[in-house]
Amino acid sequence: MTEQAILSPETVLAEMKKNGVTHVVWLPDSETNWLYLLMKAEPSLTLIAVSREGLALSAAAGLSAGGKTPIVLIQNTGMMESGDSLRGWVLGLNIPLVLLVGYRGWTRHGVTQDTAATYTERFLNAFGVNYYLVENDADAPRISVAFEEARKSRRPVAMLVGDEYHGFNR
Amino acid sequence: MFHTADMLKIFQQYRGDAIVVPGRSGRHWTEISTRPELDVPLGDPAMGGHASFAFGLAMALPDRKVVVFDSEGDLLMSLGTLATIAEHAPRNFYHFLLDNECYATTGGQPVPNARNIAYDAIARGAGYQQAFAFDRLEELAINLSGLLARPGPVFVAMKVVPEIQNEPIGRRRRWQKRSREQVLKDLRDALGIAT
Repeated sequence: MTEQAILSPETVLAEMKKNGVTHVVWLPDSETNWLYLLMKAEPSLTLIAVSREGLALSAAAGLSAGGKTPIVLIQNTGMMESGDSLRGWVLGLNIPLVLLVGYRGWTRHGVTQDTAATYTERFLNAFGVNYYLVENDADAPRISVAFEEARKSRRPVAMLVGDEYHGFNR
Repeated sequence: MFHTADMLKIFQQYRGDAIVVPGRSGRHWTEISTRPELDVPLGDPAMGGHASFAFGLAMALPDRKVVVFDSEGDLLMSLGTLATIAEHAPRNFYHFLLDNECYATTGGQPVPNARNIAYDAIARGAGYQQAFAFDRLEELAINLSGLLARPGPVFVAMKVVPEIQNEPIGRRRRWQKRSREQVLKDLRDALGIAT
């Protein structure tokens, strides 16, 4: 049996540093604890924990307006909750912002019992937000693509994380 | 209770070079402010987000005071933001709350438990070390300079007279003088922030 390729937290952190991320505005999802420990130990990052995902987007908009480079780290369930903030504070203010979104319920074959997955891409399409899927380390350069696209378009770009970092599997 | 515009006229005397996010008081503040390049009158991009947006600005610009005029309807929608702000406790953050006890822009319906909420107590409970409440303008005026001289975060709840709007949104007078994009550009230019 071959080992399944994973998206390692170290790779995600390296992409953040490579793209000059200053602040991680986030609400934990089910499997990001290992990434959390890495981010917490990284001196170039300030972690801002929020209690509802919509607040992550307005806080990130303020950080961006002040010249910083935030990234928002949330789960797809919370992303759907944050729709009005996405509309008003990010799209409405032309904020370049990468959203790293845990794709709960995602399966490669497309069959899922989790409606969080069912509506994720439909939600992003409804808001006209472009997105890329990252499943493993080989996909990680797409995160840099997203940063570049966000900067050029002054719009949000979502990274849908189909692996969720194997956060508790260490 | 006092009128928001009267309070803002007094605040203007003490704002210095603070960045001001006027929230729902923007229509008054744009007529009063003498430093529009440091103002962020965005109207209402999405309800509930004024404080966290201003907090983000304060975190990005720690050497510059950031003042937000939040409203109780917005804050009730996002009480968790108080915990986030209190955790980071930005020393340059000043959180003023306009409490008119109602949703004025939708016709004046009361917010939940409108007359019985102590927002300063909520802020203190969420971790703000300094939280105050004023319902008399004279008292606020005497204390305002001192409040702004303290290291933040400072929370100031104020009882203000509701300015109820009943017209359909499409028929209301537009008070914004600049687009939101222009507002942010002007702020960045004034502060020398590269875009």
